Amino acid sequence: MASMTFQVFMQHLTNGISLGSLYALIAIGYTMVYGILRLINFAHGDIFMIGTYVAFYGVTLLALPWWLSFIVAIIFTCFFGMTVERAAYRPLRNSPKISVLISAIGVSFFIENLAIVVFGGRPKAFPIPPMFNKIINIGGVSIVSLTFYIPVITLLLLMGLVYFIHHTKTGMAMRAVSKDYEAARLMAIDVDKIISLTFGIGSLLAAVGGIMWGLKFPQLVPLMGVMPGLKCFIAAVIGGIGDIKGAVLGGFILGLGEIMLVALLPALTGYRDAFAFILLILILLVKPTGLMGQKLTEKV
Amino acid sequence: MKNTKRILNIISIIALIGLLFIFEQTFDSYKMRIVNLCGIYVILGLSLNLINGFTGLFSLGHAGFMAVGAYTAGLLTLSPAMKQMNFFMKPIVPFLAEVEWSFLPALIMAGLVTALIGFLIGAPALKLRDDYLAIATLGFGEIIRVVFTNTQSLTNGALGLKGLPTHTNIWWTWGIAFITILFMVFLIKGSYGKAFKAIREDEIAAEAMGISLFKHKVMAFTMGAFLAGVGGALLGNLLGTIDPNMFRFTLTFNILLIVVLGGIGSITGTVISAVVVTVAMEYLRVLDEAINLGFIRIEGIPGMRMVVFSLLLMIVILFYQNGLMGSNEFTWDWFLEKKFLKKSGKKEVKQ
Repeated sequence: MASMTFQVFMQHLTNGISLGSLYALIAIGYTMVYGILRLINFAHGDIFMIGTYVAFYGVTLLALPWWLSFIVAIIFTCFFGMTVERAAYRPLRNSPKISVLISAIGVSFFIENLAIVVFGGRPKAFPIPPMFNKIINIGGVSIVSLTFYIPVITLLLLMGLVYFIHHTKTGMAMRAVSKDYEAARLMAIDVDKIISLTFGIGSLLAAVGGIMWGLKFPQLVPLMGVMPGLKCFIAAVIGGIGDIKGAVLGGFILGLGEIMLVALLPALTGYRDAFAFILLILILLVKPTGLMGQKLTEKV
Repeated sequence: MKNTKRILNIISIIALIGLLFIFEQTFDSYKMRIVNLCGIYVILGLSLNLINGFTGLFSLGHAGFMAVGAYTAGLLTLSPAMKQMNFFMKPIVPFLAEVEWSFLPALIMAGLVTALIGFLIGAPALKLRDDYLAIATLGFGEIIRVVFTNTQSLTNGALGLKGLPTHTNIWWTWGIAFITILFMVFLIKGSYGKAFKAIREDEIAAEAMGISLFKHKVMAFTMGAFLAGVGGALLGNLLGTIDPNMFRFTLTFNILLIVVLGGIGSITGTVISAVVVTVAMEYLRVLDEAINLGFIRIEGIPGMRMVVFSLLLMIVILFYQNGLMGSNEFTWDWFLEKKFLKKSGKKEVKQ
């Protein structure tokens, strides 16, 4: 602890912020779907993985310029997320909760296994465009330019999302559906369309998160979405699921916490993956609805 | 009628023992392993069904429980010499170094330790519901795995344990599976089973009827953990090697699959689907290998088996939500009635 200089601390902090923004971006997808359907979209981590792979193949196989490949990947993932909703969740809309949850786990496994067959199990190296790889030196703190880009892109997307949800008619419909499903339908809101759109937006953010994840940790495997998926769900729960600000807060707490745990207590490095779960359980026991969640009363 | 049923029970038990005996005599070690796995999955499926199906608690921590059971039994049955060979990175904790138990006490101990862990997890976590409970138990399962990977002097970390004595045989697995089935049948028939089902159907109504929610939930959870621990112990001593990565979430998912396919809340369904799923998983291995049709050779695609399997699961979930048995059970009454349906049908017409 004493040996840690200001520079090293700042390096960890920037690292934590950039990991936190990635978590936040993916956590929003979970929280939006949960807010509307009251469903843990277990396949979200796999949608994230698909986004990264499509971007990878766009650059390597189709030889597209990287920016075009990223855009194609984002659009593809957006539709992929909508397809998942259409195929695995819509038919069970009026089924017991446990069936929907099992379907979510099932579709996630299906995507993972399909990815193993289609993409192959061997790790692939994600190509990094040079602009994300520069070393910037600010006051003795040297950071990779990507570490700087990630929070900025996250912030821009967040601003766009908040504007969309609070200042457009579709955004208003979305909020209405998440408040009361039936009443929204009576107000002539096409609920199915809104749900589909929610999955689309969530998947879009997941794809952006996935591409940036690939730039940060450039090793792709078909199961790469599982751990980030679980952690980002935890981030959403910590912040209070169903609340976008909560998801962002949870993402940053988790990202910073993880980096700082490893930095300050190197002996616990092996427990890094358990940190998120321990934090989750503590939060659930103390404040089950998360830091920003509202208390729900049981209706008989 | 009661007499007939008793005779039928005795006949079917003898038939089962005879069948196992024939298996033991005629099957090679590969097929025997599948028969063993079937028995183990029956135990595991029933234990998850007790928690998820009968009590309605959506728990996803089974892999963690199995890990605790497998490691407990493994460490207790491993001979001191093998322990020294295994723990070359860091010596084993002294109190386990010289221990070598026989299989039965080790199995019971595995169950008890897992039940204790289950109780410690359940007591705080069971205040949560539905998705929150699912994700919290999943978290506990992952924590167990991470802890086992890091406690080098207790579990040998990521290296795992090798050279476990392979005590497990079909008499152990199917014997314990049979005891588990009997235990479940009596448990569900009794007042506890009724309380569990009441909690599943409606917690508030159950509480209003004077059922202590917390007590019954923790009880179901602890019993499920005990059985999962025993199942894990049997699995460890069947395979001979265990390491923390075996007990990933995928394992929980396989058991969940068995419960869902069999019908959530049906003992018969779980038993049948445990056997069917285990055997089918082996048969589907064909998909991973090359198929030679004589004139044409279709190259196998590794991993195709799991794709087909998860696709089948999705079809069942989407189109046959009740699974094989729904929440029905096999009874002799049902069996006899179906068999003599023609007769009774005719009688009704005459009247």
